[in-house]
Amino acid sequence: MILATVAFYVFATVLIVAALLVVSARNPVHSVLFLILAFFNAAALFVLLGAEFLAMVLVVVYVGAVAVLFLFVVMMLDIDFTELRQGFLNYAPLGMAIAAVFFGELAIIGSAWVFSPGLTVAHPTPAGVTNTEALGRILYTNYVHVFQGAGMVLLVAMIGAIVLTLRHREGVKRQSASAQVGRRRAEAVELRKVRPGEGL
Amino acid sequence: MTAWLNSWNEALLDFYWPNAFWLDLVGMAALMFVFIASLLIMIAFILLFDRKVWAAVQMRRGPNVVGPYGLLQSFADLLKFVFKEIIIPSGANKGVFFLAPLVSTTLALGAWAVVPVADGWVFADINVGVLYIFAISSLGVYGIIMGGWASNSKYPFLGALRSAAQMVSYEVSIGFVVITVLLTAGTLNLSKIVEAQGGGIHHWYLFSHLLPMAVVFFISALAETNRPPFDLPEAESELVAGFMVEYSSTPYLLFMLSEYVAIVLMCAMMAIMFLGGWHPPIDIAPFTWIPGVIWFIIKIWMIFFLFAMVKAIVPRYRYDQLMRIGWKFFLPISLFWVVLTAGYLIAFDKLPG
Repeated sequence: MILATVAFYVFATVLIVAALLVVSARNPVHSVLFLILAFFNAAALFVLLGAEFLAMVLVVVYVGAVAVLFLFVVMMLDIDFTELRQGFLNYAPLGMAIAAVFFGELAIIGSAWVFSPGLTVAHPTPAGVTNTEALGRILYTNYVHVFQGAGMVLLVAMIGAIVLTLRHREGVKRQSASAQVGRRRAEAVELRKVRPGEGL
Repeated sequence: MTAWLNSWNEALLDFYWPNAFWLDLVGMAALMFVFIASLLIMIAFILLFDRKVWAAVQMRRGPNVVGPYGLLQSFADLLKFVFKEIIIPSGANKGVFFLAPLVSTTLALGAWAVVPVADGWVFADINVGVLYIFAISSLGVYGIIMGGWASNSKYPFLGALRSAAQMVSYEVSIGFVVITVLLTAGTLNLSKIVEAQGGGIHHWYLFSHLLPMAVVFFISALAETNRPPFDLPEAESELVAGFMVEYSSTPYLLFMLSEYVAIVLMCAMMAIMFLGGWHPPIDIAPFTWIPGVIWFIIKIWMIFFLFAMVKAIVPRYRYDQLMRIGWKFFLPISLFWVVLTAGYLIAFDKLPG
């Protein structure tokens, strides 16, 4: 118990500090690295809650795939830091407003939980069933249509991204694996007798 | 071993509880130290084995000076690396530069926490073991990207970009292969996946409908760990040494170490998912006398021999060929096999659980 409490405070503190550093770090690459640290600590908090499947999926999807692409883009782009910081004060009120709304909602959820203990709280896992199994049963039985709908949305998004970026330009050299594999010695190599001192 | 420790601690718990808590912690730490030490010693010899196999294929002798038959070569290399000067390139991002090899090594070793080396010999017997390994190995790419970026040099940066694209691409097919295995075993727990393959060689997943997936997993594992023929991030003919160009001394050693730890982890995953983990090939007397951990180690070495042979005999792929295989062959095949496996299990009423 002591260990779990200590672990919670360690992860939560690191998470908050990392989240602050994401917005305050001068170098955008450092920002992304702190974002990864924040994701990682959030996953650790999920583990402490007993939601190990969510924790692993958070790491696999967000840290393993999404953040890698983030880092890619940030590293590849030539970003002018001073220009980036210029609009900061203009956006600050909007950001503050969103943060206030978000915090208010969190407070409402928290107070509802405290003030009405009779409320049915969603159980993390039913007894005797592992986390993954419980999630799978709900997703693939009760909510299978919603789940497939979400899948369709993702598919449409993927096709949309491909359509938007696919260009057929003239004069682009492409590799054709079948032509490369299909090459035979007779058509690729020619033997010439070369006399000394003459060349071809 | 952990069971023994637990019973020992429970006896102490009755005596005086706050002490027992710390003893548990100390016992666990000591066990981890022993495990990591033996793992690293095995990797020292696996490194030598790699070089010896490579040399034998090319009809050379390989390292044969330090110790009998060159057995101590890896330890000599270790000393050499540690005592060299650490060079920091000017303009390097110092913090990230040194963080990168540490991240690589920590993650590579951390993944071993859930690997069951024998029946019950596992640090964290968690329910999502497969996902944990998948998550941690997908993090391995960060060490490489950070190292390549922080070096502030073009070759490392190109190497890092290549490596990131390559590892992300092959994770997809590895993920689908893992899905077929856990559909068949009905669990994400690595120990239970091994238990599902008990009772002799014909129960191993290698000799079932998962055989093509074992092949896909093996080739994807080569790409995922940047092994030849997919070692494009460090293709010396194009990028000098890829993301490791600017590294010297101990940071370089850590990168190389983490690479081999990840390779051995992939061998262990092959052994667990397809070769029955700690189970002997034939479930009768002389084979069952040998402890499970020995079988597990033998299987790791056998798979590593394949890794070493591939390195020795297959020429390096071009980058577009690599991407083509990953996205146009392995992804559709493994995706199709997920559907096929699910259909097969339902049709023949072989669904576990």
